[in-house]
Amino acid sequence: MIEVEHLTKNYGPRSAVRDLSFQINQGEVVGFLGPNGAGKSTTMNILACILPATQGKARVCGFDTFDQSLEIRKTIGYLPETPPLYQDMVVSNFLEFTAGLRDVPKRKISSAVDRVLEQCGLGEVRHRIIGRLSKGFQQRVGLAQAMIHDPKILILDEPTIGLDPIQIIEIRKLIQELGTAHTILLSSHILPEVTQICQRVIIINEGEIVAMDTLDGLNASMRHARRLELKVRHPADGIQSKLEGLDKVLSVQTRGQDLFVIESESDVHLQDEVARLALDQLWGIEELKPMTMTLEDIFLKLTTEEKEVKEVQV
Amino acid sequence: MKSVFWIAKREFGSFFYSPIFYVVTTVFLVLYSFLFFAILSEFSQYSMQAAPQAEAIQKAGYSINANEMVIVPSLGNMSIILLFIIPLVTMRSFAEERKNKTFSLLLSSPVHLSEIVAGKFLACLGVVTFMILLSSYSILFIGMVGQPELGPIISGYLGVILMMGCYIAMGVFASSLTDNQIIAAVIGFGLALFMWVLELPAQNSDSGIGMILKEISLRSHLEPFLKGILDTKNIAYYLSFMAFILLITHQVLDSRRWR
Repeated sequence: MIEVEHLTKNYGPRSAVRDLSFQINQGEVVGFLGPNGAGKSTTMNILACILPATQGKARVCGFDTFDQSLEIRKTIGYLPETPPLYQDMVVSNFLEFTAGLRDVPKRKISSAVDRVLEQCGLGEVRHRIIGRLSKGFQQRVGLAQAMIHDPKILILDEPTIGLDPIQIIEIRKLIQELGTAHTILLSSHILPEVTQICQRVIIINEGEIVAMDTLDGLNASMRHARRLELKVRHPADGIQSKLEGLDKVLSVQTRGQDLFVIESESDVHLQDEVARLALDQLWGIEELKPMTMTLEDIFLKLTTEEKEVKEVQV
Repeated sequence: MKSVFWIAKREFGSFFYSPIFYVVTTVFLVLYSFLFFAILSEFSQYSMQAAPQAEAIQKAGYSINANEMVIVPSLGNMSIILLFIIPLVTMRSFAEERKNKTFSLLLSSPVHLSEIVAGKFLACLGVVTFMILLSSYSILFIGMVGQPELGPIISGYLGVILMMGCYIAMGVFASSLTDNQIIAAVIGFGLALFMWVLELPAQNSDSGIGMILKEISLRSHLEPFLKGILDTKNIAYYLSFMAFILLITHQVLDSRRWR
């Protein structure tokens, strides 16, 4: 349903998304997980055909986001991070308007509005002005407008952000129900949220995919390891094997010619040994540092943010 | 095309929820009415003074009529007042959508950008036409006390609405440039005023550049309408001016997505 290939988006010199590739199949509920500013919204905006990508391709239902965006926009429902609501409109009028925009036939508009009002639990506020509603209800109106034309694909950007714990639980339940009939891509920076709702997770950090797997798969692949990054001035052929020859090294990966990632057990500090070897071999140390954002670190960062909700749930 | 209707309808409706609309309309009507009755009282004074010599005046080939002496200058005044008022109507078109992040709703819907621009433009045109219709009570007033000719009135109103369409196009364009409504209003006003004064330096010149400025100026094309002359040249000028500005608006919005 969604195919992304080598997607890159630059804002001036800064790149928000770098070389992103992933696929989402029909009927899947996929969580797009990453700390704030990781490039989640940018990717979703590209998929919703709001932003053009700098490089790479994205296809939704086989249509290209750049050349055939009109077709895509008919088949997706999109809830941006800030729900796009006209504050001065009445809920039902607003939903009628969005139905009209999405080419819902005129005679079906009122039944479509009734359906989403029911699905999103908005019946009691249908005649109220959007600007006077609470944040939770506004978020639901945002969700309702994304579903009004019964799209095959729902793209939801942080659907629970800014809600109180009870509202969060309600919205999650709603998304879970929707997941049975729709393909959903949802972004979040809260790990437990994703584990509750999604079958598969794409973890993204600083514009790059860090991991992509089912939740069980992710847990299994999490080794408690420590990584060192070594950059040398004089790249040579034997460096990798020599590094691997060091005591207590688990693995060495190369990233380009001059960059090496050395993995070891989490309680071992290898800086001294690596430095000594590099000095002896005259590789010329350009940089030697512990890798800052490992998968574990990102998980840690994500999980810590759900505390409040959990406490209330209990 | 249906989307144009939906967008225009929503936009038009939202004016009536906004206090700006009521303030702007009131100011417009008060200013217009003040000037209208000033002109009307001058006219009635003048015709009273002229009454004893009515025959002599007619013989000399002159005429005193309400069309020429009241309605034409009133429509001229109306077009000047609206020059100041229209930027306040158009300023929200795109600026507000951006500020409130509602623009992504339109962009992610199966709607062409040109349909969004057209919808916004038509909504503003509808609002301004509504304001002009409210002010037409003055014509009814003259109709009660005299017999103005209907033809030039209709063509005059058509001319004013077409010219206001050009101001609206410029205002909508200004709104596409920024997400600050005040900046949008100031730019829209600047553009409209510029197109208005363009012919001033050329008024007494017959040089080539002077003629070009006169032809470009929005104001010079209004005169024939007020006199009751429907010239396709002028209608075509106004329509193509609007189309051109709206095309630029479309390009601005399209290019902003790339940044």
